[in-house]
Amino acid sequence: MAEFNPKIVAFLCNWCSYAGADLAGVSRIQYPPSIRVVRVMCSGRINPAFILDAFKNGADGVLVAGCHPGDCHYIAGNYKAQRRVLLVQKLMEAFGLEPERLRLEWVSASEGDRFASVVKDMTAEIRKLGPNPIKMLEVED
Amino acid sequence: MPNEKLKFAFYWAASCGGCEIAVLDVNEAILDVVAAADIVFWPVAMDIKYKDVEAMADKSIDVCFFNGAIRTSENEHLAKLMRQKSKVLVAFGSCAHEGGVPGLANVSNRNEIFETVYLKSCSTNNPGKIVPQTSVGVKEGTLSIPRLYDTVKPLNQVVDVDYYLPGCPPPAKRVAFAIGAIVKGELPPKGSVLAPERSVCDECPRKREEKKIAKINRVYEIVPEPEKCLLEQGIICYGPATRGGCDAQCIDANMPCTGCGGPCPNAIEQGSAMISALASIMGIDSEKETSFDPKKLMDQVKDPIGTFYKYSLAGSILQRKVKK
Ligand code: SF4
Ligand code: SF4
Ligand code: FES
Repeated sequence: MAEFNPKIVAFLCNWCSYAGADLAGVSRIQYPPSIRVVRVMCSGRINPAFILDAFKNGADGVLVAGCHPGDCHYIAGNYKAQRRVLLVQKLMEAFGLEPERLRLEWVSASEGDRFASVVKDMTAEIRKLGPNPIKMLEVED
Repeated sequence: MPNEKLKFAFYWAASCGGCEIAVLDVNEAILDVVAAADIVFWPVAMDIKYKDVEAMADKSIDVCFFNGAIRTSENEHLAKLMRQKSKVLVAFGSCAHEGGVPGLANVSNRNEIFETVYLKSCSTNNPGKIVPQTSVGVKEGTLSIPRLYDTVKPLNQVVDVDYYLPGCPPPAKRVAFAIGAIVKGELPPKGSVLAPERSVCDECPRKREEKKIAKINRVYEIVPEPEKCLLEQGIICYGPATRGGCDAQCIDANMPCTGCGGPCPNAIEQGSAMISALASIMGIDSEKETSFDPKKLMDQVKDPIGTFYKYSLAGSILQRKVKK
C-alpha cells in the first residue's frame, strides 16, 4: 500500500514563521512536501473558522506558526492565537477529531532549521494518525 | 388588487413548539394578521391535511413561516412541499435558521439515539428490544412512519430560503416587524436576516469597563452584580458574537446570552466568533508572566460544543461529530 502523505495547511505569520520557512528554502534544508502555506500578517489574524474550514475541506493537519512570545509585531496577537488554538483543540476533541492534528509553534525568521524540523515532526505524527476522518465519512442521511 | 388577502402558512418541523407560541405572542397584532391575510395551513391550530396542501397550486401561498430543523423524512418532504407552494419562505426561529437545540443531536446519530432511548435508559422496559421501524405490517395493511436522519440540518441546506427570522423563539417584536414588512411589501433583499445590523452587546445596558477574565464562573457559581457586564464577571455571555434584535432580554433577566439570535452580520461562523472573543480576553492580565499556564486557563471551558454552538451546530462549518 502506498505511504499516506498527509496534507497540512500551514498558517504562517508574515514577520517570523513565513520568513523562517523562506530561510529553510534558501538554505536548501530538506523537509517533507506536506505543507500548503497560507501567509497571514500575524498569528492573531487566524480566525478559528479558517482552521475548521481547512479540516472540513479535508486537511489532515493544520499548523499555526507565529512569532515567539514577546516578539509579536502587534504586541499580543500570538498570545491570543495560542488561547484560540487551545480552545479549538478542545472543540476538535468534542467533534471526534484528534487535537494533535492542530499544532501551534513559535518559529522566528532565523529558525529555518527549526521550521523544517517542525514540519518533519508534524508530518510523521499525522502519518501515524492517518487521514482526516472527515474525509472517510460515508454519505449518510 | 382591492381586498385581495395575502395567504400565509405556518409549519413546524423538528422544533419544540415554542415558535408556535411566539406567533401568538404578538397578541392583538394577530388580529391585524388575520385582517391582512388568510391562514391556509397551520397544523398546530387548524385541521388541514398534507394532501390539501399538495392539491394547492404552486406558489399560491404568499408567505410560509417555517420553524424547526430538518431531521426526518417528513420534515424534508414538507420543506420541499412548502417551498414549492410558497412565493416567500421564511426560516422562522433558531432551528430553521441554524439547526437550533435539536441540531445538538449531531453529536450522536440515529443508532446511538435509538439505543439510549429505546434500550438503555434506566426507565425503559423493552424485553423485545423493539426500536422504531419505518414500516410495519399489520392485518389491515402496512403502516409507515417517517425515517429519523443521522444528521440534523437547517432549512437552507434542504431548500432555498428567502428570509431568516432568528431567535429561540423569535421575539414578538421581530415577528410583528416581519409581518408588517410583508403586509406593506417592504421586505429587504432576498437572503436577509430580519434583524438589526448590531450585536446583543450593542443592545445591552450593562456597564462595560475592561474585558479581561482570569476565571470563568458558571451561572450557578456566583450571583452576578446587577449592572456590570456579565462577561467581565467571568460568565460566558454570547452577546459579542450574537446578532441583536431581542433587546438583550436574557441579560435583563440576569442570565447570559446563549446565542439564539445567530451570528452577527458578516461573521463566518458564530461559534468561531465566540471562541475568538473569549480567547482574546482570557488571561490578558497574566499572559506575559513566566508562570502563565494557558492550557489550565482554557481548560475552564467545559462542554465546548454546548457552549459555542448551542443553537448553531447543524449550520456550523463542521456540522456534526465524526462517527466511525
Ligand atoms: S457580554 Fe453580555 S452582559 Fe456584557 S455587554 Fe455583551 S451582552 Fe451585555
Ligand atoms: S439575549 Fe441572546 S439568548 Fe437571549 S434572546 Fe437575546 S440573542 Fe437569544
Ligand atoms: S506578528 Fe508574528 S505572531 Fe503577531
